[in-house]
Amino acid sequence: MRHRSLFIVTTAVTVGALTLSACGSRDDSSEGGGGGKKTVVIGLDAPLTGDLSALGQGIKNSADLAVKTANKNNEVEGITFKLESLDDVAQAATGQQNATKLVGNQDVMGVVGPLNSDVGQAMQKVFANDNLVQVSPANTNPEMTQGKDWQTGKKVRGFDTYFRTATTDAIQGPYAAQYMFNEKKLKKVYVIDDKKTYGAGLAATFSAEFKKLGGTVVGTDHINPDDKDFSSVASKVAQKDADFVYYGGEYPAGAPLASQIKNAGAKIPTVGGDALFSAEYIKLAKKNSEGDVASSVGAPLETLETAKTFIKDYAAGGYDGAFEAYGGYAYDSTWAIIQAVKAVVEKNDGELPGDVKDARKQITEAMQDVKFDGVTGTVGFDEYGDTVNKQLSLYEVKAGKHVPVKTGVFEG
Amino acid sequence: MNDLPQQLANGLLLGALYGLIAIGYTMVYGIVQLINFAHGEIFMIGGFGALTAFLWLPSGTSLLIALPLMILMAMACSVLVAVGAERFAYRPLRDAPRLAPLITAIGLSIALQQAIWAFYPDATKSRPFPEFEGGRLDFGAFAISRGDLFLLIAAPLCMITLGVFVSKTRTGRAMQATSQDPDTAKLMGINTDRIIVTAFAIGAAFAAIAAVAHGLKYGEVNFKMGFIAGLKAFTAAVLGGIGNIYGAMIGGLVLGLAEAMATAYIENIPGMSQLGGGAWKDVWAFVLLILVLLLRPQGLLGARVSDRA
Repeated sequence: MRHRSLFIVTTAVTVGALTLSACGSRDDSSEGGGGGKKTVVIGLDAPLTGDLSALGQGIKNSADLAVKTANKNNEVEGITFKLESLDDVAQAATGQQNATKLVGNQDVMGVVGPLNSDVGQAMQKVFANDNLVQVSPANTNPEMTQGKDWQTGKKVRGFDTYFRTATTDAIQGPYAAQYMFNEKKLKKVYVIDDKKTYGAGLAATFSAEFKKLGGTVVGTDHINPDDKDFSSVASKVAQKDADFVYYGGEYPAGAPLASQIKNAGAKIPTVGGDALFSAEYIKLAKKNSEGDVASSVGAPLETLETAKTFIKDYAAGGYDGAFEAYGGYAYDSTWAIIQAVKAVVEKNDGELPGDVKDARKQITEAMQDVKFDGVTGTVGFDEYGDTVNKQLSLYEVKAGKHVPVKTGVFEG
Repeated sequence: MNDLPQQLANGLLLGALYGLIAIGYTMVYGIVQLINFAHGEIFMIGGFGALTAFLWLPSGTSLLIALPLMILMAMACSVLVAVGAERFAYRPLRDAPRLAPLITAIGLSIALQQAIWAFYPDATKSRPFPEFEGGRLDFGAFAISRGDLFLLIAAPLCMITLGVFVSKTRTGRAMQATSQDPDTAKLMGINTDRIIVTAFAIGAAFAAIAAVAHGLKYGEVNFKMGFIAGLKAFTAAVLGGIGNIYGAMIGGLVLGLAEAMATAYIENIPGMSQLGGGAWKDVWAFVLLILVLLLRPQGLLGARVSDRA
């Protein structure tokens, strides 16, 4: 209770302070003659520094590209978009502070991000309280859209303001399980996770499907993702005579884990989710990454006709670092917000409603009906806020690169 | 249980790494009764120093040739930072209440971490560290990776050198004297300031060797690696008896073994399967620490100096 009231006070103070400063700046712009364009800020939250910064920077750069493209093409008449990026260092608490900050900024009409599911969970309520729409390019935990009883079929959408362009672990884990069991013919798995929202969830959905198919889980373990020494766990895996390892977690711990498992004498692949699908994974695990498999949401961008312009523009944009696993999704998430703003503007005779609360509410409502052909395929949202695009791909590390080995749609 | 030799090897190697870092905590504590919480960061800076040296060399240089240079560079960086910290952060506070240098140490630790984060190129994420080519070395009952070989040679060598240095040389004996009674040592003509700097420098040099070993073992360095490693090494120093250099090594080995055993075997005890595995190893390591401190508050080997506080 005390936490909540403290939180409300903080929010109130931040909102108050930012309102005052925002008022000042708005006066300035109106003085410059009525013909000036209105600026709409799109917030962005991702780990821009720290272990996961490769993925986070890819998200930021891609969102930036979407904003620039919209401004260049004059996508929404009379509106200039601006990106405000905040760093959450993959910490839920920091993410929540960022969310409060973004809600407080009266020019923010939508937020892209975050990367991590646990960070996303901390942000959802802040945005829902103020009707600010959020589109995550990378959160994959099913609970976030379908409630905690999603597995028993009692799906309840918790937050009307939360949308995502990434598919969920509910299909990502099982998809990898089917591939390993049916096509790679590997029947014995050792399952390891990092006990975080994303990792544990992914490992659970994978194990359930793998057992259903008739495979055996020969052992399970959990690791602390801040550690670097996994030699004891690796020796245990080597003892158990598993055919492969499934790791639910992210590449900063996943890469040394996979490497140490191979060093311990178990020449078996490590398989994981989209958070292992990064060039950094290969850089860290070096030759030991060979043969490892990562699933990722959507079809490989390189094969999509729709993604060609994106890849070209990204290269031309001169960004530092690759767009990584979520670049295309970040672009589409940003574009979805731009489209929602566009829909509201068109409905309101060419401008956003003057009242910020009203504008945010209308944009959130408009998001539900947004539909367009994006970088990653059809972008649209179902009744839970999940993407209608259910495509998944699997990548195997071959000669130091992630090579797509299978793309498809998961069916039960 | 047939992987016992392998798990023992894992634990001992990890423990040797902790022990090398723990030397720095224990030497500084033994002489100035300061817990130098920035020591983890001095270890981390050694890792980045070694990486810098490797990147300087033309690409394709054999790691064996590069290694001596990397060690030297790591030591130079670590020792420079440690001596600088002593001179500018700790020495002005030597007569201040004991909490002041402790807080300074914590602040320094954060500052060093952020400095690397901000100024070392691309250090916001993990930087890959060179590793030895080739597979692991098989000894029958257990096997170790090639990166571990460095640790296997360096750790005992460092310990022996340090033991001889402290007991046989003039400076070493002056150190013992300073740790026993700094005021009397000063009266006997020992330059205690110089002795204190030497203690910081030796601790930093050991941390630098540990950092190179860490890099070779895990194939990466990152700006955060000093935190966990430092915490574990500090635990090792307390476990062995802080102030006692042999205690630091023993404490490290015991801690490493405890972690390996907890990861491997706790879950096989009936009814304990939920409390075993990698996620619980730290809990068990600290349970061990508490038990040792309950029964032997002075640590396994006991501190050589009585606490003056």
